[in-house]
Amino acid sequence: MVADVKMTSTGRRAIPENPALRLSIAGIRLPVWNKIWLILALLIAVVMPFLVEDFSVFQMTQALIFAMAILGLNLLTGFNGQFSLGHSAFFGIGAYTTAIMMGHYDIAFYWTVIPAGVVCLVAGFLFGLPALRLEGLYLALATFALATAMPQILKYNHFEEFTGGVQGIDLDKPKSPVAFMTDDQFLYFVVLLIAVFLFICAWNLVRGRTGRAMIAIRDNPIAAQTMGVNNAVYKSLTFGVSALYTGVAGSMSAIIIQFVAPDSFTFLLAVTFLVGLVVGGVASIPGAIFGGIFVLLIPNFSEWVADLTGRTDAKGLSWAVYGAFLILAVYVMPAGAAGFVRKLTAKLARGN
Amino acid sequence: MDLFLQQTFSGLANGAIYACVALAVVMIYQAIDHFNFAQGEMAMFSTFIAWQLMQWGIPFWLVFPICIVISFAGGVAIERIIFGPIHDAPVLSHVIVFIALFSIFNSLAGFIWEFTIKPFPSPFPEAKLLDTNLIGNHELGMIVVVLFMLSLIYLFFRFTPIGLAMRAAAANPESARLVGISVKWMLSLGWGLAAAIGAVAGMLIAPVVFLEPNMMLGILLYGFAGAVVGGLTSPGGAVAGGLLVGVAENLAGTYLIGSELKLTFALIMIVGVLLLRPAGLFGRVVVNRV
Repeated sequence: MVADVKMTSTGRRAIPENPALRLSIAGIRLPVWNKIWLILALLIAVVMPFLVEDFSVFQMTQALIFAMAILGLNLLTGFNGQFSLGHSAFFGIGAYTTAIMMGHYDIAFYWTVIPAGVVCLVAGFLFGLPALRLEGLYLALATFALATAMPQILKYNHFEEFTGGVQGIDLDKPKSPVAFMTDDQFLYFVVLLIAVFLFICAWNLVRGRTGRAMIAIRDNPIAAQTMGVNNAVYKSLTFGVSALYTGVAGSMSAIIIQFVAPDSFTFLLAVTFLVGLVVGGVASIPGAIFGGIFVLLIPNFSEWVADLTGRTDAKGLSWAVYGAFLILAVYVMPAGAAGFVRKLTAKLARGN
Repeated sequence: MDLFLQQTFSGLANGAIYACVALAVVMIYQAIDHFNFAQGEMAMFSTFIAWQLMQWGIPFWLVFPICIVISFAGGVAIERIIFGPIHDAPVLSHVIVFIALFSIFNSLAGFIWEFTIKPFPSPFPEAKLLDTNLIGNHELGMIVVVLFMLSLIYLFFRFTPIGLAMRAAAANPESARLVGISVKWMLSLGWGLAAAIGAVAGMLIAPVVFLEPNMMLGILLYGFAGAVVGGLTSPGGAVAGGLLVGVAENLAGTYLIGSELKLTFALIMIVGVLLLRPAGLFGRVVVNRV
């Protein structure tokens, strides 16, 4: 609208205010609401571990780890439009980097997270280079092959000296240095700190020049190239950064579970990330948190479903429930939980 | 030299398995331009149905066609019910639904029939037909069945009106619709055929690898490798690719990398072929107009 364009003191055209920012619910503007939700979520994240028992704290830590991994996948798939069915491999590389450093070289756990991330960044970048020539489905196929081959590579007997072969590596749990926190609570806050840092980085990344380039490549690679975006560099770097996020998550998971083994990093783990991505919301940063919580809760839910059928040995059924949710998400909530919340807010909001 | 021959022949036998799966992969790819990541699990599920029928006392020669018919119907039903409504959805949605089917079939099979390993009878006679140790009856039978299926598929696409209609629907849906072909039903038919081929593959493979819910994951990867090597647009290429992958895998396992990294070999093959010759050895080069 022309009427909205104002001139600033330097005589340049000011960017017109986004009309969505003027929407409000109960007299409070939406951007303010977003801040309220964010503070509330952080408050819950900080207070909750002191209110629940240790096992629940452990589960919350796991949800955060899943959220980080899903965020990594989201940067690649949601914002850059490249598929990966192989992120379990990067999760595994991160976990093994940490486990080898802690288990064989007695390095304290906090020194292993950054190397794990860097190793994954390099691995992801290198895998992303040939992946440049693979479009859509072919990339899905290549990453599917990566995920399937990964446990075998980890078991390979020439690496056994480092990886521990089929047995994997056992780790000691880091002790809490402060008196008022249990070990689980301490680890939770370490993971929370890293997660918050990574989420802020991702938030800034997708909102800047780099993020716009990534999204442009997703929406129309040829047009992006024409506008001067270096597709090759951006795509392989995105692959690397995405692997870094997932690798840091893997590293943290090795620390809290205190054990790594090749069969924890199968194709089904990659499916878990994909489920979290789709149910949480493709190309949505808060969606990754929904996704992380969802994939953590589903096994409990499927146990409940299995109880209905009257069988006790329902360990396999959770994948069927995952599958059902995936199909449901594609049909009913194509934008995932985050998209659902967005829609709901838009319905409630009134312009003033 | 003996070792070489031995490995080559056992590679051919494995290759026959991969060729079966590759054939099913190519059938779907031809019909809908997508990889069906659930192909292996669908075949596994069909094989479990066959096993269940046999447990109920039905003889193999009767189970075989029944299972093929059930799988065909199942394939058609999946296309109609699940993929019909999202036909125009983005690729990501399709991949997600394939993955969903993958986990549903895998998990349901485990839930219904449990994860214990079950023996599956071979349809071929025990007595040796050929006086050689290089290749067993079952392996020989598999190769024959695969080649027989390939020729049936060739005849079907080349000489029947429905085959022609399916080719038309895949090549140019708009024009096909204009001349009165129901493109929707042709897609369903493609799914049904792929599921049926998958069922045959599953029933042939099960005596070798034993029946269990996770039996197909590695084989599916090799099937993909075979399809990619042979070219995704050519059923004959898929069979040749499958056999080639089988032999290459066995020889590489013997002489180069050992048996432990066989899946990694499939990974390298897939990525290598996609990079160097994306159309495969026998495929047509598809040029997209921008």
